[in-house]
Amino acid sequence: MLRQLFGTFFKIGLFTIGSGYAMIPLIQREVVDNRKWFTEEDFLDQFALAQSSPGPFALNTAIFVGYRMRGVPGALVSMLGVTLPPFFIMLLIAACLTGFRENRWVDAAFSGMRPAVLSLIVVPFIRYLSRMKWPAVLTASGIALTIWLLGVSPTYLILGGAAIGVILTFFRRK
Amino acid sequence: MIYLELLWSYLKIGFFGFGGGYAMLSLISDEIVVRHGWLTAVQFHDIIAVSQMTPGPIAINCATYVGYMVTGNVWGSLIATFAVSLPPMTIMMTICRFYVRVRNSRYMKGALDVIRPVTVGMIGAAALMLCNRQTFPHGWVSCAIFVAALAATWLKVHPIIVISAAAAMGILTEIF
Repeated sequence: MLRQLFGTFFKIGLFTIGSGYAMIPLIQREVVDNRKWFTEEDFLDQFALAQSSPGPFALNTAIFVGYRMRGVPGALVSMLGVTLPPFFIMLLIAACLTGFRENRWVDAAFSGMRPAVLSLIVVPFIRYLSRMKWPAVLTASGIALTIWLLGVSPTYLILGGAAIGVILTFFRRK
Repeated sequence: MIYLELLWSYLKIGFFGFGGGYAMLSLISDEIVVRHGWLTAVQFHDIIAVSQMTPGPIAINCATYVGYMVTGNVWGSLIATFAVSLPPMTIMMTICRFYVRVRNSRYMKGALDVIRPVTVGMIGAAALMLCNRQTFPHGWVSCAIFVAALAATWLKVHPIIVISAAAAMGILTEIF
């Protein structure tokens, strides 16, 4: 079982490129359809929680699947499986890039990629904004400007947001 | 002690990493670029490009890379990657344990309702942060790449294709 968990998440760690959302169908197919560890409803339910808790989705999903199947060892093994492929690949790139970053062609490639990276981030931002109601849109825009212009650390804003949410809930109850 | 600072920074990034990879970018840059100056803004930008083309979550990719760059050895990578994974692991296992109670908690839901727009704002901040001269080194060619990549991403073309095409454009610009 532990070996299966490791294998499954190793595969997911190795083949998930780009956004975390891209791997939802991959994980679901593996865990729900192929292995039958979860029913679809149970998986999606738990996935919603994994999404709202901090950390990368891929990691959170690996942890909850592993934990539900085999407790703490299961969680550890799944986590290791999903982290090892990106770890070794990035390590290799970091080690290689230190020697090649100043190379003329590598530098040219990176200067071409920079504007594309910006658009990869702009698109989800606009997509999220377009799906939100206007008070949330105002909040999000205000937060973006606060971080950018005033250099306020996002950690304080998250803590503040959580506190405001709890206080609002408290007063709504009465 | 650099290893301890790395550990502490990445524990924070892991703990406050709400809202997925793009939202975490502004958190990561706040620690790595603004506070500690471990990387320049351009180096950070390059890592995002690399991590979009390699498997794994951005947070993990970035931790491994920064750990190596800062210390110059594998231990830095190991510590940063471990540190960024530890808080999500602890929190996720706690949630699993108290699954029903967490799922039905009004306060949890209330807090998350406010955190959500904050994380969207964090994505916006990451985008604003990357709007600088170094992002558009080739003037109108860079602008054209930006617009084309924007359209492609909007139409759900896979990021690896978008980034590779942009890299090819960069190399072509250098040739001509």
